[in-house]
Amino acid sequence: MSVGLLTSVALAAGAAQAAGGHAVAAKPFILTEHLPILIVVIPLLAAALTAMLRNGRVAWAISLAVSWILPILAVMLILQVEEKGIISYALGGWAPPVGIEYRVDIVNAFVLLIVSVVGAIAMPYALRTVELDIDEPQRAWFYAIYLLALTGLLGMTITGDAFNIFVFMEVSSLAMYVMIAMGRDRRALIAAYQYLIMGTIGATFYVIGVGFLYVVTGSLNMADIALRIGPAFAESSPPVMAALAFIVVGISLKLALFPLHVWLPNAYAFAPKFATVFLAATATKVAVYILLRFYFSIFGSAISLTDLPITEMLLILSIAAMFIASVMAIYEDNIERMLAFSSVAQIGYITLGIALANKSGVAGSVVHLMNHAAMKAALFAAIGAILYRVGTARMSELGGIGRTMPLTMAAFVIGGLSIIGVPGTAGFISKWYLGVGAIEHGWWVVAFLIVASSLISIIYIGRFVEVAYFQPVSEASEKGSDPPFSMMLSIVVFTALTIYLGLDTAWSGQLAEKVAAVLVGGLAQ
Amino acid sequence: MQALDAIVQNYNYAITVFLMVSGLYIVIASGNMIKKIVGLSLFQTSVYLLYISAGKILGGTAPIIDRNYTIYSNPLPHVLILTAIVVGIATVALGLAIVARIHEEYGTIEEDEIFKETGL
Repeated sequence: MSVGLLTSVALAAGAAQAAGGHAVAAKPFILTEHLPILIVVIPLLAAALTAMLRNGRVAWAISLAVSWILPILAVMLILQVEEKGIISYALGGWAPPVGIEYRVDIVNAFVLLIVSVVGAIAMPYALRTVELDIDEPQRAWFYAIYLLALTGLLGMTITGDAFNIFVFMEVSSLAMYVMIAMGRDRRALIAAYQYLIMGTIGATFYVIGVGFLYVVTGSLNMADIALRIGPAFAESSPPVMAALAFIVVGISLKLALFPLHVWLPNAYAFAPKFATVFLAATATKVAVYILLRFYFSIFGSAISLTDLPITEMLLILSIAAMFIASVMAIYEDNIERMLAFSSVAQIGYITLGIALANKSGVAGSVVHLMNHAAMKAALFAAIGAILYRVGTARMSELGGIGRTMPLTMAAFVIGGLSIIGVPGTAGFISKWYLGVGAIEHGWWVVAFLIVASSLISIIYIGRFVEVAYFQPVSEASEKGSDPPFSMMLSIVVFTALTIYLGLDTAWSGQLAEKVAAVLVGGLAQ
Repeated sequence: MQALDAIVQNYNYAITVFLMVSGLYIVIASGNMIKKIVGLSLFQTSVYLLYISAGKILGGTAPIIDRNYTIYSNPLPHVLILTAIVVGIATVALGLAIVARIHEEYGTIEEDEIFKETGL
């Protein structure tokens, strides 16, 4: 192996020298051609700008402006991709695979849209909650950190370079650790510390995996790796298998695949309210995207999935997540932790679709990325509003909260129905696709398990609904009233999105099917 | 005997594996939050060696074009690892900062004492 390794490295070095001589000639600057870099650079520059400010309100206004521009760029990118196909953007004018390439196809354009839209809707929510959660001297920095997290997530999604993903992953992760550590509760520090340890192990595993891939293929460009990995696997399979194992385990830590989820419940429960809404809706979704990319577009495109012993592992862990995490959610008194366990279960549905690896199953995963982002953001935003008014998220203290905070609880109920998968809500669409995928695959038992695990979510959502509507108004709940307009706006939009994505699937479903077709269509037989 | 030969010949990879495993072991086994960070740092360091080893070509020289040399080491892994070192430093610095804050709040950095106190 050692000899093959050295020659491949020498070849790569030679290729780098040959291509390095002439960079692409400079062209006149046209804005729409530079969208791929703008979507990363705008939040990055805004982060630097807000970090220098001392006024929290001004920093919020800048973050709001940036967060509202980004979805526009994401939509423009989707339109460009639909019109012209894959966009390849050579960073600094160095042609790929030598230079870093930003590569946008329908798959990551879709994920960019999810992340940027969640940021845009969540931003009004930040104004009041950050004033409560963060002291004035640190508020501007908090927004700078948020913008850095956004930069990292968008960067991870858009880049076509495997090592560049690692750098952006760490940019976003480090920012998230800081956001979580800034929570009022002192347990937030422990949560941030645990997340830092687990997250860094995950990122380091990922880098080890990329190192193996680089050694056998001599490339870091993901499209280039996909072309070269097949011959490398035929020559010697152990390093490719090692790369796969390290990358899958590393990313599984980041996306909180059961049983690597232990960092998640505390991180979501003790982070500042805005951070919880934003992270719950975006961070794990981007990690899932990276898994999709490596699993389908790189390993799967060159090597038959039946030769890669991941499918069974993903299937078993997904089903374990769906059931065990849901049961854990039932026994949780803190509603934020309950929702966090529910997130682990929902991640199980997403990875289940990846394990199915057929068009309907993957479409289910992909559409659930968006649907789960909308419904979980609505749920966490509603609980954040209760925390904002009442100061507790303990179910035992929140009797009758539905009568003092009617709109907020209505949003919670709609989000909860979507978690259960009631028709007319977004969650139903995802489960429908997954169920169809399981049946197409011939796994009737799995289709049955999807329905069975949904029944468990009725229990934990139903428990809080019962407490909120059918118990007498408790001492804590009497302090409650619907939150200020800026917060209510985010809650209502997230909730409306949950219903919209459940009723009108013409758009989201078709897009998810296109994404799934790209991913599954590239698979080797 | 063959296995031993393989290890001696690829001693750089043997060291990498040793650092990797011992670093990860410290992270898992130690209850002291600072020691965990040190273990994490060791674990990350092993990756630097993994990349640098792959970039070295036996008999190769520094990658500066010169007509007297034809074999060059691959500079890319070094550049990647420079980036990884920066990321590693940032992680360790942030980790230690959080531990310092934990010490302020709890008066201890032993995990089991904190878990007992908070019930996490």
